[in-house]
Amino acid sequence: MSLVNTEFIKESLNNNVRSDGRKLDDYRNIEIETGIITQANGSARVKLGKTEVVAGVKFSVGKPYPDTADQGMFMVNGELSPISNPNYRSGPPSPESIELSRVVDRAIRESKTVNFEDLCIEEGEAAWMLSVDIYPMNSDGNLFDAGVIAALLAIKNAKFPEYDEKTGKVAHETRTKKGVKLQNVPVMVTIAKVGNKLLIDPTFEEESIMESRLNIATIDNGNICAMQKGGVTPVTNEELKNAVKLATNKGKELRKLLNKY
Amino acid sequence: MAGKSETPLVVKGKRIDGRKANELRKMTAEVGVIPKADGSAKFSMGETVAIAGVYGPKEVLPKHQTKDDRALIRVYYSMLPFSTTDRCRPGPSRRSKEISKVMIDALEAAVITEKYPATAIEIHVQILNANAGTRTAAINAASLALANAGIEMRDLVCAVASGKADDTVLLDLFQPEDNFGQADLPIAVMPNREEITLVQMDGDLSSKEFDEAMKLVMDSAMEIYEVQKAALIGKKENKK
Repeated sequence: MSLVNTEFIKESLNNNVRSDGRKLDDYRNIEIETGIITQANGSARVKLGKTEVVAGVKFSVGKPYPDTADQGMFMVNGELSPISNPNYRSGPPSPESIELSRVVDRAIRESKTVNFEDLCIEEGEAAWMLSVDIYPMNSDGNLFDAGVIAALLAIKNAKFPEYDEKTGKVAHETRTKKGVKLQNVPVMVTIAKVGNKLLIDPTFEEESIMESRLNIATIDNGNICAMQKGGVTPVTNEELKNAVKLATNKGKELRKLLNKY
Repeated sequence: MAGKSETPLVVKGKRIDGRKANELRKMTAEVGVIPKADGSAKFSMGETVAIAGVYGPKEVLPKHQTKDDRALIRVYYSMLPFSTTDRCRPGPSRRSKEISKVMIDALEAAVITEKYPATAIEIHVQILNANAGTRTAAINAASLALANAGIEMRDLVCAVASGKADDTVLLDLFQPEDNFGQADLPIAVMPNREEITLVQMDGDLSSKEFDEAMKLVMDSAMEIYEVQKAALIGKKENKK
């Protein structure tokens, strides 16, 4: 990014204004569509300002893991695809895309919104594998929050295909009326630290000048279910506590919106 | 964070290994354990053992990754196949790649990278025995190995997890508490600067419990620091 642009962003922050006119704790406008991909069992498109991600859910049947024989499997995969931003490269998954996948995975898994026992078909023998793939279409910052919203709504949108217990085959072209029962709405709020300011929902420009990043996911009762710090600059315990407060409050607002879908 | 323990993990404030809620496991630290490396250290926290080797500052390969104004920090975290209850597959996994990434962030904060422009500092960490808290033990070992390599640092990095089991906030979870726990919060700090360089969390914590868990970590960081410092001073005396 150009120096003049960096200076402009930092200068504006001194007056608690962001380069796109938002206040420090303003979220960008959110647009949501679900059921956009007919081949997927469930899908969602989420726009966060100019950031756009698509998430798709696919079901398959496999053998449960030996240590959780009565539970189904769950996996989130995200990729920083080069189509969405000139700074991303194709090739094997970068540490950044692995981090995105795992942070979104933890937010949903740890919120216990999906009861994985519901995904078990026969203990120790067969269980549903719920795979969520998140693909950014346009990366303008904060893929974490957009990813969690898209993944959650794609799961909410999903319908199981028919499974033949005798042959052990899934008829992938079919759809039953049965969906995944969700018991909670995990919401992630990402906070960027720039100087001594904490700003919510950073754009790509803000991410490129931020010193560190905090992802904080909360559940319905306001408890924290997942966190991650990124970036080299340390934070103080005070800043961390403020970030938790910001994320909890903003989480409440976002949850109200998400409950409509 | 799954399942529930059949036996209670905390009885009358005592944990099954006899520790109090705010008590760390026994720590040992030693530097210079890999003579071939520019710096090295072994750090154990209870039964969890991590060994770290630092190579560098050295030439950056591939060359295009060179940073002209500072050193490039690379971290390679891995668990040895025999270190876990079930054999774990050798080689990088999604988990180990993520841990390596957050370790770079956690350690680079302490290294004065501007002192070593256009070089690479490579940190290899292997977990020899895993009994929960491997990433924090890895950070403690790596920070010691960096200091042992003579690399200029702002502070040592001290790491430990706190968490929750049996509805009690606990410091430094070990295997049974981690397996059946309700939350895990690994934290790394530079204790003399009171700055936090690693934050991860999974599970379920109210904001009050979170404050309590953070306090346990912040209050114990100096204890880890003293063990690291003793190891560094000990080595110097040995050299005389």
